[in-house]
Amino acid sequence: MSQIIEYSDKVMEHFSNPRNVGEIENASGVGTVGNAKCGDIMRIYLDVDENGIIKDCKFKTFGCGAAVATSSMATEMIKGKSVEEALKLTNKAVQEALGGLPAVKVHCSLLAEEAVHAALWDYAQKNHLEIEGLKPPVDDIDETKEFYEMSGEQ
Amino acid sequence: MSKLIYLDNAATTKVKDEVFEAMKPYFSELYGNPSSIYRFAGEGKKAIEEARRTVAEFIGAKPEEIYFTGGGSESDNWALKATAFAKRDKGKHIITSKIEHHAILHTCEYLEKLGYEITYVNVDENGVLKLDELKAAIREDTILISVMFANNEIGTIEPIKEIGEIAHEHGILFHTDAVQAYGHEHINVDDYNIDLLSASGHKINGPKGIGILYIRNSVKIGSFVHGGAQERGRRAGTHNTPGIIGFAKATEVAKREMDTRHSYESELRDYLIGRVLAEIPYTKLNGHKTDRLSNNANFSFQFIEGESLLIMLDQKEICASSGSACTSGSLDPSHVLLAIGLPHEIAHGSLRLTLSDETTKEDIDYVVDELKKIVERLRSMSPLYEDFVKKGGK
Repeated sequence: MSQIIEYSDKVMEHFSNPRNVGEIENASGVGTVGNAKCGDIMRIYLDVDENGIIKDCKFKTFGCGAAVATSSMATEMIKGKSVEEALKLTNKAVQEALGGLPAVKVHCSLLAEEAVHAALWDYAQKNHLEIEGLKPPVDDIDETKEFYEMSGEQ
Repeated sequence: MSKLIYLDNAATTKVKDEVFEAMKPYFSELYGNPSSIYRFAGEGKKAIEEARRTVAEFIGAKPEEIYFTGGGSESDNWALKATAFAKRDKGKHIITSKIEHHAILHTCEYLEKLGYEITYVNVDENGVLKLDELKAAIREDTILISVMFANNEIGTIEPIKEIGEIAHEHGILFHTDAVQAYGHEHINVDDYNIDLLSASGHKINGPKGIGILYIRNSVKIGSFVHGGAQERGRRAGTHNTPGIIGFAKATEVAKREMDTRHSYESELRDYLIGRVLAEIPYTKLNGHKTDRLSNNANFSFQFIEGESLLIMLDQKEICASSGSACTSGSLDPSHVLLAIGLPHEIAHGSLRLTLSDETTKEDIDYVVDELKKIVERLRSMSPLYEDFVKKGGK
């Protein structure tokens, strides 16, 4: 029925001790990406100061070991960076920082990149900023309604 | 706690000492090829025929109706492909269920490519085959019905007797993949109108790489593995003597202990189910509440994903499995969980725990205690749970 995929030590370390888990109240920007259908949803919160520096960054993730580890690594990589620098974060860089990902898990790193972009987009929208190269996120979270309908059962 | 807690007995089981001891002589002492003529090989040959009698008796069959194979998947492949070939002039329609093992489903897909038509009958929310749909699916050209005895993921036991009756009323052959049920449930091929039955050694504390296909004498299907004259010319290949002896010994042990084991495991299973449902909120039991394998418990924990759960359990020395997509390498969660009507994200958060006769109440208590903490931790990290709480779900 299942087998646990081989993860690098770094992935396991980030999965076991994820950095920056949580929420930020009144965040400067929040981005949620992914699809419950496929089993991965990532949400990233940003606290950006008046100089455009990401002072704090938190995440919440529904997903596999790689999804948690890539979220953790991505938040660590953008913390303290400027908005422009954060925008340059690529899934490849996240993967490399984690010592690689199994081929079937590469999409998780892509999701981390998208989550950062979605949070930055939200920040830009809220502050009426134009950030070069920033595109609106695609929201494809679905089936969450059924989730709530099922709750309360047993 | 450093002891490994193995709760994945539906995946495979430990070979019992008694079984291993029975197999040992056939590796380096009585290693002769059972097909050879000299007396030295005769010991193995005699042991194989004795093993065949043991297995046959266990399911109410005749010894010559038992064929040893390389395992459950081979038996399933043989049953389907050889029946399809043998009956091709009568028709090309096969009926199966949506929750079969991939050894059946992928074989059916293969047959579809060869021009066969397959109807995949639905199951209800407990995983029980819909008999009215089965009846409605029967056609003039239906040549085979194949439905598993018990499901490997959710443990639901199918109404095999009724399915067998329906098949026979219509003169259609009936195959059952009994890999999960053999040795755990009482099976009689005549009572259940079973024409073909697959079973596997390693699910019943026997060795891996050995299985059987029961083929009723009246069923004329051809050979699957061509070559030598072994197994009455129907399954070529040098006999796996230690495997066959191990399979028979495991059958003997299973038969001897079945009733005590069944009541011990089901009591422990119900204790596990009771604790999990009572102590972990937003949890659902998958599969039939009572008509289920004595050692199977399958849960869905909302808002969390199965692979993360498995890794965290593994870190606590607990072996389990999940129907999550992330554990299978595909994007879709288990076809069985989807077939019983679970939305994708609930199916992603599933956990299967399958006990053995060696599992103790202490093991279960430890697992539930750890599980509670892990589910809570994963929910605290889950954006879905956050949304749920914010919407006043709690």
